[in-house]
Amino acid sequence: MKSDSDPIFRPGDRVRVRNAAPLGHVRTPFYIRGHAGVVERVCGAFPNPEELAQQRDGLPAQPLYRVRFRQKDVWPGYRGSAEDVIEVEIYQHWLEV
Amino acid sequence: MIERSHHDMGGLEAGKVKRREHAYDDWQLRIDAMMMLLNGIGGGRKRMTVDELRKNIESLPPADYDKMGYYDRWVISLTQTMIQRGVITTDELARKLAEVENRKWGQSQISGQITQGD
Repeated sequence: MKSDSDPIFRPGDRVRVRNAAPLGHVRTPFYIRGHAGVVERVCGAFPNPEELAQQRDGLPAQPLYRVRFRQKDVWPGYRGSAEDVIEVEIYQHWLEV
Repeated sequence: MIERSHHDMGGLEAGKVKRREHAYDDWQLRIDAMMMLLNGIGGGRKRMTVDELRKNIESLPPADYDKMGYYDRWVISLTQTMIQRGVITTDELARKLAEVENRKWGQSQISGQITQGD
């Protein structure tokens, strides 16, 4: 049976981080918002920390992904290798196609 | 509209990181232990989540956030969390703080011994 905690993305999928700036407690770092990357792995599903921070149960659990970005895409004027990557763990509701 | 929250400083210019170990003060160890207990680590009742701790740290005024050390932020934040959860009231905290401030220091302190408070 399909549940709300099933991942909708798979390793290799291209995703973009939502460019949002809500109030409340947010785990998606500012520097990665709006950037495109590739799903490296599905980490599992966990209670949503945005809800846990407000004394609620955070259910249904949100799928969490490790997403890989190119350093040169993230940092303007990046001087390292063009192959360098940064991986950030991001919850599903922060990702779009 | 708040774009980047003050605490969310990943990627900002920060200068060189000083890499050195340091000893912890007793009060810092106590705060650490208190956090473990309040989080139910070790099997006790869980009275808060790490996400509430983070939320309340992130709510610190930027100037205070910058001045404070790691455990300063923890102690402020877990106190806020206990008030929000109704474990203690603001009034109880205020009265206790006043009581501690006015505590009469005994002869034993003057001679260099520490007397454990309640």
